[in-house]
Amino acid sequence: MSVAVLRFPGSLDHESAQRAVESVGGIATSVWHADAELPAGVGAVVVPGGFSYGDHLRPGAVASRAPIMGAVRRHVDRGGLVLGICNGFQVLCEAGLLPGALRPNATLTFVCRQASVEVADDGSPWTAPLGVGARLSIPIKNNQGAWFGHPEIDRVALRYVGDDRLGSVTAAAGVLDESGRVLGLMPHPEEACDPLLGSTDGQSLFGVAAAA
Amino acid sequence: MSGATKPKHRALGLTDREAERITALLDREPTDPELVMFSLMWSEHCSYKHSRRLLGRFPSEGPGVLQGPGENAGVVEIEPGRALALKIESHNHPSAVEPFEGAATGVGGIVRDILAMGARPIALLDSLRFGELRSARSRHLFVRSVAGIGHYGNCIGVPTVGGEVAFDDRYEDSCLVNAMCVGVVEPGRVLRAAASGADNAVVLIGNRTGADGIGGASILASAELDEDEDRRPSVQVSDPFTERKLMDCCLELASSDLLVALQDLGAAGLTSASSEMAAKGGVGIDIDLDAVPLRQALTPAEILVSESQERMLAVVEPRLLDEVIRVCRRWELDATRIGVVTDDGDLVARSGGEVVARIRATSLTDEAPAYRVALHAPSPSEPLDLADVPEPTDLATAWRELLGRPNVASKRWVFEQYDHLVGANTIVRPGGDAAVVRLPGSNRAIALTTDCAERHAELDARGGGAASVLEAARNIAAVGARPLAATDCLNFANPEKGSTGWRLREVIEGMSQALEALGIPIVSGNVSLYNESPARAIYPTPVVGMVGVIEDAAARVGHGFVDSGDVVLIAGGGRPRLDASEWLGEARGCPDRPDAASEARLCELLARAGERRLVQSAHDVSGGGVAVALAECAIAGRLGADVELPVERRADEALFGEGGGRVVVTCRPRNLDALRDAAGGVPLTEIGTVGGDLLRVRIGSDMAELSVADATNAYEAGIPEVVA
Repeated sequence: MSVAVLRFPGSLDHESAQRAVESVGGIATSVWHADAELPAGVGAVVVPGGFSYGDHLRPGAVASRAPIMGAVRRHVDRGGLVLGICNGFQVLCEAGLLPGALRPNATLTFVCRQASVEVADDGSPWTAPLGVGARLSIPIKNNQGAWFGHPEIDRVALRYVGDDRLGSVTAAAGVLDESGRVLGLMPHPEEACDPLLGSTDGQSLFGVAAAA
Repeated sequence: MSGATKPKHRALGLTDREAERITALLDREPTDPELVMFSLMWSEHCSYKHSRRLLGRFPSEGPGVLQGPGENAGVVEIEPGRALALKIESHNHPSAVEPFEGAATGVGGIVRDILAMGARPIALLDSLRFGELRSARSRHLFVRSVAGIGHYGNCIGVPTVGGEVAFDDRYEDSCLVNAMCVGVVEPGRVLRAAASGADNAVVLIGNRTGADGIGGASILASAELDEDEDRRPSVQVSDPFTERKLMDCCLELASSDLLVALQDLGAAGLTSASSEMAAKGGVGIDIDLDAVPLRQALTPAEILVSESQERMLAVVEPRLLDEVIRVCRRWELDATRIGVVTDDGDLVARSGGEVVARIRATSLTDEAPAYRVALHAPSPSEPLDLADVPEPTDLATAWRELLGRPNVASKRWVFEQYDHLVGANTIVRPGGDAAVVRLPGSNRAIALTTDCAERHAELDARGGGAASVLEAARNIAAVGARPLAATDCLNFANPEKGSTGWRLREVIEGMSQALEALGIPIVSGNVSLYNESPARAIYPTPVVGMVGVIEDAAARVGHGFVDSGDVVLIAGGGRPRLDASEWLGEARGCPDRPDAASEARLCELLARAGERRLVQSAHDVSGGGVAVALAECAIAGRLGADVELPVERRADEALFGEGGGRVVVTCRPRNLDALRDAAGGVPLTEIGTVGGDLLRVRIGSDMAELSVADATNAYEAGIPEVVA
């Protein structure tokens, strides 16, 4: 099975995500936003980071209505896995595939730095291999990364450790849907898949995608 | 402005002699649109009329140079099958008027210059100068320029990996925003601006044309700014989302070999792009202004010179036109055939069936006037008398205070607002010497930096020019790279006044000598003059952007201390002096002239030591002297050191003195002999040992001690404290 990496106008991290999939031995396929169907044989979908449609209206709002998102919805209904990274997380929230919304950072600025996150919920295909309490060093880089939702109802998968919480409710860095098959996170695991980049902690998530 | 009191040409910034020259070239009086076109193309910004004669001094050739100065960007081969395109450009005057959009569109413009070479942009750097941060105006310009750079760079997905920022009252009225971009391209696919092939289509791609930025090059960038005129309409408005689509689209067009030529629309808009494409190709271009997609109603002259952003002009063979338009549509971009290439050498613009301009393309470009600047040497500077410099009562307090000064302090507040990682290739992040970006699909990486020694240049133009190049080279070498090529942005005051012309010539001479010693060329550049107000003129500010190569990306060297027990050394020579230093805090005294030949040997040693894994860390000694360099190594590595420095005339001179080409390096004790062997004639002075959580420096009987935690707090708080 291959990993479909979506590409919208303004996607920026699609190539890095494809390389991350390949770094764990997976096969990545680029999928265009205007397509109505995913290619055959896709086990997992990655919605990559970037500024799809220039963040016009709200981050992710326009991309969440792209033709390919109907196919992503059907993929989830069939039991498929979806990973949304940064803008991809915003797209999935706008599409209603993940709970809550992303608000501007408490700093009111773009923030780019290495962050430490901890697994808070390992009852999902994405986080099971890591286990609760596992810590990952992964960069964050966003303008609107402050998740707002109902942490007592919604499933928070990852939390920031330390001060890098951006104003996120309960320091949430990543959120699951009810089924656990859809994960969205603000940190960029595709930027942590190579020793030369200082961390390989992102590979676990891509390993799950590649094996799906 | 009534025509009776001020002729049209003067209102447009043309001199009477220039107006006569235009009439002579045309053999008739110009039409209004023609006069506007000449005024922009013959402006300082577009024609370099005061600097062109001096720029020829730069060494610009070398075995790897595929494209030297004169195109949208320089191109130099880095390995078989791969070349780098690089260019730095100023956007100073727009940023002084509206810092967010001015800085943002500066980034957009330099990215399109790289794109016009058919290259994929992979890194951005920004060199910034503002007045002191106690000035509310300078704080505003600084904060909003950084936000604008971040807004644009982050949204287009090109990492902003480096640069520099400094504050001095001399930039209070004329801030500097210089943006540099580097891209990668296959040598066989380098695109050029030269149009060719009569009947080929001229296609405008990207944004619609509006009234923004009209006259920017002549009004804003080619005269001193004074307070009483509102120039806001002359600043362009940014749309980074369209730029990203333009990038993706142009790279697809280039890699599919669908283009004959490509050029970005920058200063002077369509006039500049079309006349340069025609002149370089020795052909003409015939444009139908009625075909240009507009955002609002514009006159023919306005369409010709609008500086609306995110537009490119392409020459396309008629048989490929449909395919080009199809690719652009896929990227949701306008692509419109607005004209044709002709064989008569004329740039023709039509509107409503009438010819509104017909000018020989070369009249706008090659025939622009070139002036000799007056060469009045200023009186030479005298070395600093130490008796005039108060000696600090407590060295540790002085050290901590210096670490918190905005010019020295951590620039984290700046670079954390920039996505410096996108692309997943940044393997040495901002905050040290040069940034290092891995080349995908290769073992090699490139090192990138911008540097300038403006206070030095103020006191000794030739020495400051050389020092700017050599500091860039040391930063490249410190990460283990070999300097490959440079680009330059010469920011100066009014060349028609005082000794600015002389300083321009001397800076270029000093830079050229240093480049020759290093054996590297300048492949592109930009000149920004008139950075002057009635109250203040900027220092001569020759910003040098440099790239270097690391053969094995994994061998790159960081600046933080690595292991307890490592040996601390100073590589290189020169005596520390407080003249023009950060500790002194002003351009006073006369720094020593750098010794370019010995600095070139130092750079080679650092590159070789990096390759052979002989050093653990390396960090250039610059602003704040050895004391600041050691503190930065300690802060980055979260490790202290115990050091003894050679005695100078005073302890503060030993600690905070600058000058010479010196680099703090550390190595494992077992590699010390090998490092000494590699050094050849380069001085290598062992000064101490890494370890502990204190930085302790002895100078003779004096001592300064700072905990790494205190140093970190002072260093990290410096900028947030003043901008918060």
